[in-house]
Amino acid sequence: MTQIVPPRPAEPDDAKPQPAEALVAPPRAATPGEDRIGTGAGARRKPGRGRRIFVVIALALLAVIFAYPFIWLVSASFKPRGEVFDNALIPKTFTLDNYVQVWAEAPVGLWLINTLIVTVLAATTVTITSAMVAWGFSYFRFRGRSALFALVLASMMLPGAVTMIPTFLIWNAMGFVGTLVPMWAQNLFASAFYVFLLRQFMLGLPRDLFDAARVDGATQWGVFWRIALPLTRPALAVVLVFEVQAVWTDLMRALIYLRDSSTFTIPRGLKSMVDAFGFGGEWHWEIIVTASVIATIPMIIVFFVGQKQIIQGVATSGMKG
Amino acid sequence: MADTAVKAGGGSAGAGISSTADPSARARAHRRAARRNTGSALLFLSPWIIGFCVFTAWPLIYSAYLSLTDYDVINDPEFVGFENYAQLFQDPKVLLALQNTAFFTFIQVPLYVIVSLALALLLQRAGRSAGFFRTIFFLPKMTPPVAIGILFLLLFNGQNGLINTVLGWFGINGPAWTTDPAWVKPGLIMMSLWTVGASVIILLAALQNVPEELYESARIDGAGFWRQSFSITIPMISPALFFIIVVNTIAGLQTFDEAYTAFFGSGNTTYSNDAALFYVIYLFQQAFEFLNMGYASAMAWLLFGVIMIVTAIQLIVSRRLVYYEGETPR
Repeated sequence: MTQIVPPRPAEPDDAKPQPAEALVAPPRAATPGEDRIGTGAGARRKPGRGRRIFVVIALALLAVIFAYPFIWLVSASFKPRGEVFDNALIPKTFTLDNYVQVWAEAPVGLWLINTLIVTVLAATTVTITSAMVAWGFSYFRFRGRSALFALVLASMMLPGAVTMIPTFLIWNAMGFVGTLVPMWAQNLFASAFYVFLLRQFMLGLPRDLFDAARVDGATQWGVFWRIALPLTRPALAVVLVFEVQAVWTDLMRALIYLRDSSTFTIPRGLKSMVDAFGFGGEWHWEIIVTASVIATIPMIIVFFVGQKQIIQGVATSGMKG
Repeated sequence: MADTAVKAGGGSAGAGISSTADPSARARAHRRAARRNTGSALLFLSPWIIGFCVFTAWPLIYSAYLSLTDYDVINDPEFVGFENYAQLFQDPKVLLALQNTAFFTFIQVPLYVIVSLALALLLQRAGRSAGFFRTIFFLPKMTPPVAIGILFLLLFNGQNGLINTVLGWFGINGPAWTTDPAWVKPGLIMMSLWTVGASVIILLAALQNVPEELYESARIDGAGFWRQSFSITIPMISPALFFIIVVNTIAGLQTFDEAYTAFFGSGNTTYSNDAALFYVIYLFQQAFEFLNMGYASAMAWLLFGVIMIVTAIQLIVSRRLVYYEGETPR
């Protein structure tokens, strides 16, 4: 069935239902192309047109509810101070002032740079080291391997609150509290969740390939770096995107480790703006709202760039946190 | 163990036949290769091994020790035995934080499951438009939790927030979500439902893996929608449902970001924020605002215990309710 249908431009959204459809024999003798276009994922149940329309209307209403907070936020960021709470979809007085003001009210630019530094360092280091560890667990056979891997899984279950205080004391003893180092440096030591995710993927790689490379004289590192890693790219992308999202939005760590406004990451900075300009402060919500939009846009971009990886990663292994 | 067997075999063969110790030499070479392999394996594992020792094992031990001390970071820890734990049970704020957290988690998780399942079921029937809607439902998950906390304050504002404005259209006089202690947690729960996207995707993937034959034979037997849902859909996706329940329960018990943004920190002294005092918020305050590191460590271990017990109960219950493929139904 899949072969008869001319390949359509790759739409990741439609990729999912296809295998399921292909497994099941087509119920009616419809021309394959028609069948594909007319139905899709919904072919599972009675493909009644009326029901489909009902489903799409219901989804559209729900989509409005889910999208509205974003729309509200963006709209409010273009309103002057007095109109932020008017709930108007289109600003009555459209102004770009907030986007000019926000950089002067707080070092938002610096916060963005700090967050970018931390995110890049955290995401690249954790991806590489987790891949190394996952490779250690998937390619090599050694005594105690399953016991050690059980320890990886167990450490995944450990709530962060338990290790939070001694970890702070470690960084404090090393004199790194107040710097960006504790925000990412733990990622030099791999992350259990990503080790688990990458190992699953690596176990599916053809082992013969690596053994052949070994026979041809490749070093263990060479096999990993030049053969295994490129093959693991889809899973590495999942890890990278997950970690970018996790680090960019991390508040707790920033609250613990960052003291001076010039070292803040964007979530910590936003929190300080709520404190300074919010209900307990000067009531400059238009500035807070604008900074929130600025903080969120990079994640929206990340989502659209890494959409396929995110959806696949979430569907197969959930999401950290 | 295999190595020892080979060695013993090789040794006896060498002694019995008195030929050159060829098998024994091969065994030795083999062992050397295996050891070299173990060496490289350990090199690859080293980041995790070091990280585990420094950032997991040691903190665990040290946290257990700290929980038996008074420690304010400046002076050395002072051993006080189980005093911190005794104090936990007399601290009214610990009780309050536990109650708040339990209320939040055990109302939020079922709602989370219902909403994400409903959305996944709709998406499954949406045909080609499913991808578009799935994107819309997932995007809130990308939003920084701080921004979600801010959105909560604004949208749920009692006087002129969007929620109460909309309720007003239907003649409902909405409560003061952000200031009335009775409505703070329900408001936070509603806001948290905005980020069901990840659960929706997990459930949708599970729904798409249910074999169509099951529905076909059920239809032949005359089963309707509800019968099919309860006899096929729910059992077949029960592992995914279980996963979502466990993960969200653990996350709910540790909820922090949104409530902390909205109700705590230097600028929010005017709030009656007891209603939003969740356990990890109080733990964070004790550790990093009041510098009671010993007491906070004891709090962390209590949380760990609670999470273990809740998860264990869920696991035990799940044995009866969750169906894994290949298993023979009881």
